[in-house]
This record gives sequence, C-alpha cells and structure tokens, in this order.
Amino acid sequence: MGYTLNFAVVWRNFDLLLGGLGLSLGLAFVSIVIGIAIGLFTAFLLNAKRSIAHGAAVVYVAAIRNTPILILILFTYFALPQMGVRLDKLQSFIFTMAIYAGAYLAEVFRGALLGVPKGLREAGLAIGLTELQIKKSITIPIMVRNALPALSSTFISLFKDTSLAATIAVPELTFYARKINNESFRVIETWSVTCLIYVATCVVLAALLRLLERRMAIPR
Amino acid sequence: MNQSFLDVLWLARMQILQGLGMTLLISALAIVVGTFVGVFVGLALTYGATPLRWLSRIYTDFIRGTPVLVLILASYYILGTVGVHLDAFQAGVLALAVFCSSHIGEIVRGALQTIHRGQTEAAKAIGLTFSQTFLYVLMPQAARQAMPSWVNTAAEIVKASTLLSVIGVAELLLTNQQIIARTFMSLPFYFSCGFLYFLINFGIERFGKYVERRLAISTN
Repeated sequence: MGYTLNFAVVWRNFDLLLGGLGLSLGLAFVSIVIGIAIGLFTAFLLNAKRSIAHGAAVVYVAAIRNTPILILILFTYFALPQMGVRLDKLQSFIFTMAIYAGAYLAEVFRGALLGVPKGLREAGLAIGLTELQIKKSITIPIMVRNALPALSSTFISLFKDTSLAATIAVPELTFYARKINNESFRVIETWSVTCLIYVATCVVLAALLRLLERRMAIPR
Repeated sequence: MNQSFLDVLWLARMQILQGLGMTLLISALAIVVGTFVGVFVGLALTYGATPLRWLSRIYTDFIRGTPVLVLILASYYILGTVGVHLDAFQAGVLALAVFCSSHIGEIVRGALQTIHRGQTEAAKAIGLTFSQTFLYVLMPQAARQAMPSWVNTAAEIVKASTLLSVIGVAELLLTNQQIIARTFMSLPFYFSCGFLYFLINFGIERFGKYVERRLAISTN
C-alpha cells in the first residue's frame, strides 16, 4: 500500500477552502432570503380558494419538489439561455436555489399558517384591521414562530445543496476541494477535511438556529 | 441539424431507456441496502449500549452533515486510494446507501421512540427475547409510523441518484447530457429528463399515500 497521510497541501490551501465555505454560506443565505419571500407568497396561494393562481401554486410546488435539484441547476444554466434568458453562474445558481427553497418553504409555511388559530384573525377583523394589517401584524409573526424549526432544517439542507454549484464551476467549497484533490492527489486528506468542514459548519448552524428558536419561542 | 426534437428523441429512445433503467437500479439498490442498514442504525440509536449508541450517533450526524455530492466524490476517490477498487457505479451506490442508511436510522429511531416503554417491558416480562420483541411488538408499529418518511427518503434517493452523473455513471441525467452534447438541444432534453424524474417521484409519492391508507385501515 504505502500511502502515508500528508495534510501539508491541504493546510497550504486551507484559505481557499475557507473562502469557498464563505461563498457556500453566502449562496445559501441569499437563496433562503429570496426563497422565504417566494415561499410566503406561494403559501398564501396554497391556502386560498381554488383559482388559477392556486392551481399554479400547486403545480409549482409539486413540480419543483419532485425534480432533482441538479437538473434544475443545469436547466437554468444551460437551457434557459436558449430562450434568451442569460444569467451568469452565480445568478443562475441563486435563482435556482431560491425557486427550489421557495417550493419547500411554501409547504412549511402552509402548514404553519394552518397552525394559527382562526379566532386571532377574527379578533383582528373585530377591532377593524384590514386583511393586510392582519397578515402583517398577526398571522405572519405567529406563523414564523411555528415554522422556525422546519425553516432551520431547510436552511441547513440548502447549505449542503450549495455543493452542487461545483457542477457549474461556481468556486465554492466542493469546487476547491475537487481542485486541490485533482492537483495534489491527496485524496483522503482533501475529502476528509472537506467533510469535516461541512459537518462542523452544519453543527454550528444548527446550534445557532436552535438559539434563535429559543429566543423567538412564544413565552408560556 | 434541422431535425426536430421528437426525431432525436425517437432515435435516442434506447439510450434514454437504458439510463432510466440505470437510475431505477441505482435507486433500488441504495434504498434496499440503506433501509436494511438503517434499521440496525435506528435500533442502535434507540436501544444500543452507551458506546454503541454514541458510535451510531456520530455516524448519522457525520453523514447527515455532509452533502451527498461530497459523499459520492469521497467514496469514489478515497476507496480507490486505500486499495478498495470499486468502479463508479459501485462507489456511487455505496455512497447513496450510506446516505440513505443514516436518514433511515433517524426515521427508525423517531418511530421506535413513539412506542411506549411499557410495551418492551411487557414483552420482556412474558419472556420474549429482544429479537422476538422487535419482530412481533416493535416493528409492526414502527413500520406504520415510519412509512410516510420512508417514502420521502425513497424519493430523495431517486433525486440524489442524479449526482452519480458527476462521477460518470450513465444514469438518466448523464445519458441526456450525452445526447445534449451531440445535438445541442439542451432545452427540450433537460426538460424531458426532469419530467421523467417528476413522474417517477410522483408515482412513489402516490404509492406511499396508498400504502399509508392501507396500513391505517388495518389497525382499526
């Protein structure tokens, strides 16, 4: 065998990996922010009465959730330009991830909206709030608290899905790991360090989000 | 070059069918192996002695904290380096099965924990061994609990199987990419490819709902 572990090349390129991690986190963050907006809008449509918009929302959610994310990414990057929509790598990746996250979050928010007691909306109507005011100051704040645990796990899996950006050569963590791997053939070292970076980041993210959940929890 | 999409699709039908078969084979293998291993992981997580429980906890958290793409790349590159020579197909299926097993492990743990302790104690009291308890008392109830999440995981695996295209396994996505490379018809082929995945996953979802209904009726 005679394979001796030598982490030197990985440490030498550690700043590349960290830079990649930064981009991964950034991509996940921007995508989830846009995704939350899309998801919120779609969730209201899903809970609304049957209409064309409601039907469109149902189709959107079913189509995106049942299609592999890799195909969505490749489709936006390689196929949309044929229809005249030209996005650069980052834009097209963020666009795809936001659409993807939106579909998952729509389901999350839909469930959370159903968890908001009906009486609260009626109470809002009784004191003369408009529909929009009720949404803004009653329904959405309570719904967000209900949705927070599922929102955090969506964010963490979105962070892991940013690894797919490597397939369209966005220079994030997996992209650099592959690069270091191909240039140095330090296979075990590169991939084990990369795995550890991902796991550590996920653990930290999970802990931070749990802290946020506890902060925002409804006091009982 | 002025062939229509349908002509090309008809010419490439065998290739696409082969890719489809490959995707189904990969997914089925990963799901079967992953479920089998996952049940043991779940048992270890719930009833294992402390060191075993810790070990399985580290295993599931580590795998769940790593992106599938990284798992696939790591399994493909690392195993070859340490002298285990797997081809791309085997390495990919292994990575997917490991990924699947950690998720199933968590699902099984969740399902087992909903079963009241008194039942295991009662089983022990009437002299059942642990494997008998599992087979006659725990498994029938846990299976019913875990069914919906299990179906979700199966759909997840079908979607994740697209990632094997990155290491060169000729599954559905890669065969479509090969056709696109030949014909430059990226729009229709990515679309039809995505649609095939949609059909598979939609079918799995429907099947899951059906089985769930059947199981639910048999309890009443």
